[in-house]
Amino acid sequence: MNAPTAKETLHDCRDAFTETLESMAAENNDIVAVCNDSVGSSKLTGFRDRFPDRLINVGIAEQTLVGVGAGLANGGKIPFVCGAACFLTGRSLEQIKADVAYSDTNVKLVGISSGMAYGNLGPTHHSTEDFAWIRAIPNVAVVAPCDNVETAAAVAFAAEFRGPIFLRLSRVGVPQLLPDGHTFELGKANLLRDGSDVTIIANGTLTHRAMKAAEILAAGGIETRVLNMASVRPIDEEAIIAAAKETGAIVTCEEHTIFGGLGSAVAEVVTENAPVLMKRLGVPGIFPPTGSANFLLDEFGMSPDGIATTASDLIKRKS
Amino acid sequence: METEMNTQDLRRMANKIRQRDLRAVFEAGAGHIGGEMSVIDILTALYFHVLRVDPANPLDPQRDRFVLSKGHTACALYVTLAEKGFIPKEEIETFLQPHSRLNGHPNRTKVPGVETNTGPLGHGLPVAVGMALSAKLDGAPWHSFVVTGDGEMQEGSNWEAIASAAHYKLDNLTLIIDHNRLQQGARLAETNNLAPFAPKLEAFGWAVQEIDGHNMDEIVAALSPEKVVAGKPGCIVAHTNKGHGISFMSDNVAWHHKVPSAEQYKQAMAELQEAAQ
Repeated sequence: MNAPTAKETLHDCRDAFTETLESMAAENNDIVAVCNDSVGSSKLTGFRDRFPDRLINVGIAEQTLVGVGAGLANGGKIPFVCGAACFLTGRSLEQIKADVAYSDTNVKLVGISSGMAYGNLGPTHHSTEDFAWIRAIPNVAVVAPCDNVETAAAVAFAAEFRGPIFLRLSRVGVPQLLPDGHTFELGKANLLRDGSDVTIIANGTLTHRAMKAAEILAAGGIETRVLNMASVRPIDEEAIIAAAKETGAIVTCEEHTIFGGLGSAVAEVVTENAPVLMKRLGVPGIFPPTGSANFLLDEFGMSPDGIATTASDLIKRKS
Repeated sequence: METEMNTQDLRRMANKIRQRDLRAVFEAGAGHIGGEMSVIDILTALYFHVLRVDPANPLDPQRDRFVLSKGHTACALYVTLAEKGFIPKEEIETFLQPHSRLNGHPNRTKVPGVETNTGPLGHGLPVAVGMALSAKLDGAPWHSFVVTGDGEMQEGSNWEAIASAAHYKLDNLTLIIDHNRLQQGARLAETNNLAPFAPKLEAFGWAVQEIDGHNMDEIVAALSPEKVVAGKPGCIVAHTNKGHGISFMSDNVAWHHKVPSAEQYKQAMAELQEAAQ
């Protein structure tokens, strides 16, 4: 069992999202929330109570959800368009492309319970393609915060940022990794741990697992660099190239298919700039079996032990 | 802003826009001329009688919003925007040319006066619902208008938005359905017959009017603020003809995006010029 231990305080990042959104909305009347019958699952009940007129619930209608967001932005609002990530992205992908990205509207897309957070509800409710889908559309920033602090910072950033952004949040508990007061910078990785033998690049719910893997590797004398790469697009090319050159091997970890997501984005930079051995960990191109998110992450080789084994195997293949 | 045109001037303007649209499609060798001819009277009434928009200040926060959801008839919008002064009239010559900002579908980031990028059908109405909600939140007086095709109403997203607009009592939103009875490949009635539209919209809680979409007096009257029903979004079912104004195109499914030959162009232009007399 390599999932977070009971001793850790775990945070549901949705709380950081709504606390930040509410405090910003109290200062800025233009901030509105739009949801698809997801007031509870998006944790917007507090927002609804404080700003009833500024919570627009279009019902179970995701195409209209995103279209309405684009229209609100046209009228000068700063809409945070919230929904389960699987429906927000899959059901309304063309609205994201045409109404938000191509139209360059100031819409904040908030994918709640992303990845395999809905675990045993099954693959219909998993959102393990959204990095790939949205990364392929021009003009949308893609951000997957790793903890409560980064979530709050990214939400604050999104409200100030002029343009489309997709925030990919989870409901699966994660420990705090970043210091209080951390500021989010789009396109910048966070060096959480330095090392010269191998680099692990992760985001979202995988970053804390990567940190634990680095501890396991350290016990065996392997010095691991850990980069938290919340910003999948734009991506921190400089940090990736430096990691490739200075550590010679890169493992990526994501709660997403290995096709087209963080691992692919890192590989694009590595192959064109500083080719080194890589291993992409993620959902291996299958519809996952029944299980919780933490069970499935372990199952797909992303327990701290699993990540550490992958990293040490990769190091052995270095020429 | 200029004064509103009377209906006689509007008819003249619509004829002028038809002629320029025909020429643009002929010269570009592409376009959606059938649906352009059906919507031009509506566009003319909106831009020269109804919309509070200012070419000198295209992003005025208090402007009325107009969304051409049937974005494939962009050429008609470009010609109308040029006549209104949003873009230079001579720029119409660049329609569909490499690097022209006058693409086959309108782009708000490039063409002043365009509010949202349309093309895939069923997008404009949800966006217009968001616009109308925004005005309601601010207690602002501006109005949102959206034109869809009748075939376009087959897109389910429209019916999501129709339900939302009624729920939010968006009486600052007007949907105009360009009901020309023809879609790309066949008649609406032979494809997925949503007609009649009025009872369906009424059942959702909309205030519906039915008009002859080529009768300028009826168009102008239907768009009058006096026709707004408090608490209800408004729908105008505009009965039109695809290819209207050109005898061999009118109500002919073949002219969805066909390009006239030189001979057909000459005849079509002669018919429009004669109608202008």
